[in-house]
Amino acid sequence: MNTESCTTELDHPALDVESIRREFPILDQTVNGHPLVYLDNAASSQKPRAVIDAICRYYEHDNANVHRGIHELSNRASTAYEAGRKRAAQFINAKHTSEIVFTRGTTEGINLVAQAWGTRHLRKGDKILLTEMEHHSNIVPWQLLAERVGAEIQYLPVNDDRGLLDLSRLDEWLTSDVKVFAFTHISNSLGTVNPAAEFCKRARSLGIITVVDAAQSAGHGPLDVQELDCDFLAFSGHKMCGPTGIGVLYGRQELLEATPPYQGGGDMIATVDYHKSTWNKVPHKFEAGTPHISGVVGLHAAMDYLDRIGRNRIARYDHELGAHAYEELARLKGIRLFGPHIGRAGLVSFLMTDVHAHDLVTVADQRGFALRGGHHCNQPLMKKLGVESTARASFYFYNTHQEIDRTIEVLKEIQNFFTR
Amino acid sequence: MFDDLNDLYQQVILDHSKCPRNFHKLDHATCTAQGHNPLCGDNVTLYLIMENNVIKDISFQGSGCAISKASASILTDSLKGKSAADVTALFDKVHAMVTTGKAGGDMGKLAVFAGVHKFPARVKCAILPWHAVVSAIDGNPEPVTTESQNG
Repeated sequence: MNTESCTTELDHPALDVESIRREFPILDQTVNGHPLVYLDNAASSQKPRAVIDAICRYYEHDNANVHRGIHELSNRASTAYEAGRKRAAQFINAKHTSEIVFTRGTTEGINLVAQAWGTRHLRKGDKILLTEMEHHSNIVPWQLLAERVGAEIQYLPVNDDRGLLDLSRLDEWLTSDVKVFAFTHISNSLGTVNPAAEFCKRARSLGIITVVDAAQSAGHGPLDVQELDCDFLAFSGHKMCGPTGIGVLYGRQELLEATPPYQGGGDMIATVDYHKSTWNKVPHKFEAGTPHISGVVGLHAAMDYLDRIGRNRIARYDHELGAHAYEELARLKGIRLFGPHIGRAGLVSFLMTDVHAHDLVTVADQRGFALRGGHHCNQPLMKKLGVESTARASFYFYNTHQEIDRTIEVLKEIQNFFTR
Repeated sequence: MFDDLNDLYQQVILDHSKCPRNFHKLDHATCTAQGHNPLCGDNVTLYLIMENNVIKDISFQGSGCAISKASASILTDSLKGKSAADVTALFDKVHAMVTTGKAGGDMGKLAVFAGVHKFPARVKCAILPWHAVVSAIDGNPEPVTTESQNG
């Protein structure tokens, strides 16, 4: 983060949410005859005008392929693409710009690590440590790897409805036969904020490689990979005001060097012969084919936008909204809440007695509320909690306290509707 | 208060979802089938006793949203004494009704599901038990789903 945005952040401690909302064109609409209340940000965030304009500008003025043209437009496209990489490195405080690999999103980032790095470095009997609160995208790639190399997956247990990991027993799980520890920074279904730096420190002392799923944390607060001291970290653009189809995988330079290519194709090679090829340097080795250039341009604009708002302020406000919603829900009768009581991220996951999450979400939609109902790509966790699904409201810095109050009102109406 | 929703959640549907009929296992079932929508968690198992190609008895167990539960409950009420051919014909009519809102002839109690067509995301909930019963009669051992993607 540059000094300028830090100064701005300190000078203006509170967010001007009303003027921020005007920068998001999509928020100004009615859905089913009611003003839209968008509370599905953990699934995907909305995009500010600055991001939409940057993508338009790129296609209207600079569009061409990267790294291969001599002509002016190709130069502009290449410059914009590599500027996005530099900005992403700065955004998460990576030591080197070459530690930034562009992917389609968090899922592809984790798959790249599991398939390319994992297949090279794990062997039969090695252990992979995950947690019970992982998204399917941080379970299934490891299952595929485990099956391929004969490794074994273990899970750090989640306590109960409070959704905290059992840290008192971390030493039992982090043992020297664990080769990789992959965990979510913030749980998408519980709102738990995991002690990522502590996890990385403990893992580092045992030589265990760490993979952080930052899908829910990037763009919701400051993120510093050197401070975390993680080995790999993946996030998506679309959950942090950027476009879909673009994400970042951070990997420590020496680990990326020691990782074979993920996919083959143009741009990722140095030389190609009919029977043998040599690879381009890191990170280009991992970016086969024409990349998502406009995605990078949009992501760049999103990172600039978030830093203009101030990521510390966003984090503070996010937590405020989460705490407000949790307190109000806890006051309602017949609500079962999931996730930690305090220190939670900006989302709430809950169930209403005798009302299935999908019925609740359908009714809320008729009032203009966009909620999520389902297993949130956390089927094993849902099974462990003994539920099929939950309803979830997830917030971002353009949501308001009034929207939460209106959500509570509509939940009361829903309760009456189904118990009539 | 929610007039717009009364089409979907008719009193009959709410009643059947709260107090489902024929909601138990049949120990001597001649065919069973499971319907499962993993995305929303709707889960239904149908038990049938068929004699000479006619449904002598039918029941179900499972869990899910009000729509899927009520649909399974009303289905079991409607199919006792029906032949396999009747079930297939009725399936087509129910399918047409929940997707277009138009009932072909007198649908009896099943007509309460006509409102589902206004809620395209919920058609899969209403139709799940119907896919399961057809599958049970066909002797298909695989669980059926009405979700195209599973999240």
